[in-house]
Amino acid sequence: MFAIVLVLTAVFLGLYALGTDRAFQEVAEFEQDPTFQAVDERTLAGATLLGLAMFGTLFLGAVLAVFLTHAVVRGDAERGLLQPLVVRPLGRTTLLGARFLAAAVVCGLYAAGLFAATAGITYWTGSWWPDRFWLPAAELAAAAVVVCMLSLLGSVFLSATANGIAVFMLVGAGIVGGLLGQIGAALDSETLVDVAEKASWALPFEALYQDALHAISSESFGLTGELLQLGPFGGAQSAGGALWPWVVGYLAAAGALAAFVFGRKDL
Amino acid sequence: MPAALQTRALAKRYGTIEALRGVELEVGEGELVGLLGPNGAGKSTLVKIAVGLVHPTGGDATVCGAPAGSAAARASLGYLAELFRFPGWYSADEVLLLHQRLAGSNGGEAERTELLRLVGLLDARGRKVDAMSKGMQQRLGIAQALVGSPRILLLDEPTSALDPAGRRTVRRLLEELRARGVAVLLNSHLLSEVELVCDRVVIITGGSVVAAGTPAELSRARGVEIETAAGLREFPDATRDDAPHLVAELVAAGERIYEVRVRRTSLEETYLHAVGEDAT
Ligand SMILES: Nc1ncnc2c1ncn2[C@@H]1O[C@H](COP(=O)(O)OP(=O)(O)OP(=O)(O)O)[C@@H](O)[C@H]1O
Ligand SMILES: [Mg+2]
Repeated sequence: MFAIVLVLTAVFLGLYALGTDRAFQEVAEFEQDPTFQAVDERTLAGATLLGLAMFGTLFLGAVLAVFLTHAVVRGDAERGLLQPLVVRPLGRTTLLGARFLAAAVVCGLYAAGLFAATAGITYWTGSWWPDRFWLPAAELAAAAVVVCMLSLLGSVFLSATANGIAVFMLVGAGIVGGLLGQIGAALDSETLVDVAEKASWALPFEALYQDALHAISSESFGLTGELLQLGPFGGAQSAGGALWPWVVGYLAAAGALAAFVFGRKDL
Repeated sequence: MPAALQTRALAKRYGTIEALRGVELEVGEGELVGLLGPNGAGKSTLVKIAVGLVHPTGGDATVCGAPAGSAAARASLGYLAELFRFPGWYSADEVLLLHQRLAGSNGGEAERTELLRLVGLLDARGRKVDAMSKGMQQRLGIAQALVGSPRILLLDEPTSALDPAGRRTVRRLLEELRARGVAVLLNSHLLSEVELVCDRVVIITGGSVVAAGTPAELSRARGVEIETAAGLREFPDATRDDAPHLVAELVAAGERIYEVRVRRTSLEETYLHAVGEDAT
């Protein structure tokens, strides 16, 4: 399973390098053409490509998060892995906390690392660097950590396979929510935008992802900025200053709920 | 000194299933108690409550004086679950090392070597769990339960996957533990095993204790048979203590005695009777 994540990552990075290289070659031809002066093609291509890579990063980060945490409670209990550990003096909450921390560190570093690698590839193939680097890296890492927590919480209630599927459906729902918001914005539908916004706060990995998308091109103005707002996958929306406190509170509440239910569970 | 394990009116209900209905059980310091009962009797449920995996719905249980499930209770017990598994990529030695850390044992390498020797796994010390047979994993599970020198061991069918030699190894191990003053609660379906090693046997069925006593008490006397020249004489109400006096009487009456037998019901018969399966 770890090998699968490694192979997926390698394939993803390889394809990304190939794709950006081609895309920037075409951009170079475009740049000769005087009719496209209003748009900074290099920024448009760079931001679009990196946005695509960020979607991949979110997805792969979620795969890793689910792999590491989908069976922490029920899955492991059903296989008999959990019982010998739980009867030791360390206690259920500590065990759960340790499993979460380990998965969160691995997934956070993985997501941030993948973002750094794709940003590096974008720079190397197209000499384009995102407007902001550390913020989106941290946000993608946090998005993966949120998925870890959702998967951990789910594992208290669902057996391994059911939980894995449920978490992927949630990740999918979050992404679809982002797309809906984008369509809503294009159609000027307030209801749709409202629903999408609520969804992205309920599943804050999506809000983090959107904020990260926004951050890579936050200093682009005019038509380029407008085009980027439409984004490749999900609207690039700034979430504002409430995002981080919300994510921290969300993680704490989900963690407390998981620990509470796990503490009362018969194994 | 508090009992190693004590339950009072212990009850557990899973939805509509009453797994335990007021069980009173005591395992004294250093006592070896066998818990017998048919499938679904509630044996595993009782043990799981004692180790804190399951929360009782009534009554209470204490382990070495501490409420079952508390950190203090968990620190004084060793447990082998009925169904368990260790991570497949760990070696036998690493499993024990992990549990030494979790149990706060400072026995180090010497303790691990000793435990692997006790369960006959010294040669497989570096072998990965994935590459072990079921019986080897069960031996490792027993060694794991002994990490940190617990004061009470709760073993849920520890020999279900063992070969006859392995069963004897475990019997010897249990005897050695008793000599060291470790209390043991042993769940088993193997009556002969229980009869051979346990100080006391408790039989439960349908979540209630139906019989308890030493193996000798449970394999009750069923009369005395004396073979005389005149044929077989039976004394169905006599016990072993009556035998000398019966023989003396017969000899005094001029009978020639060839053989005296004290008949006992086996633990198996008592067990089947207690759980209501002796109709056939
Ligand atoms: N998690 C659970 N949910 C619902 N019912 C359960 C659960 N665990 C056990 N039971 C029920 O509780 C009763 C006692 O089960 P338990 O496992 O304690 O039996 P046992 O004596 O260990 O049997 P066996 O000899 O088969 O191991 C059974 O009727 C069983 O169906
Ligand atoms: Mg059982």
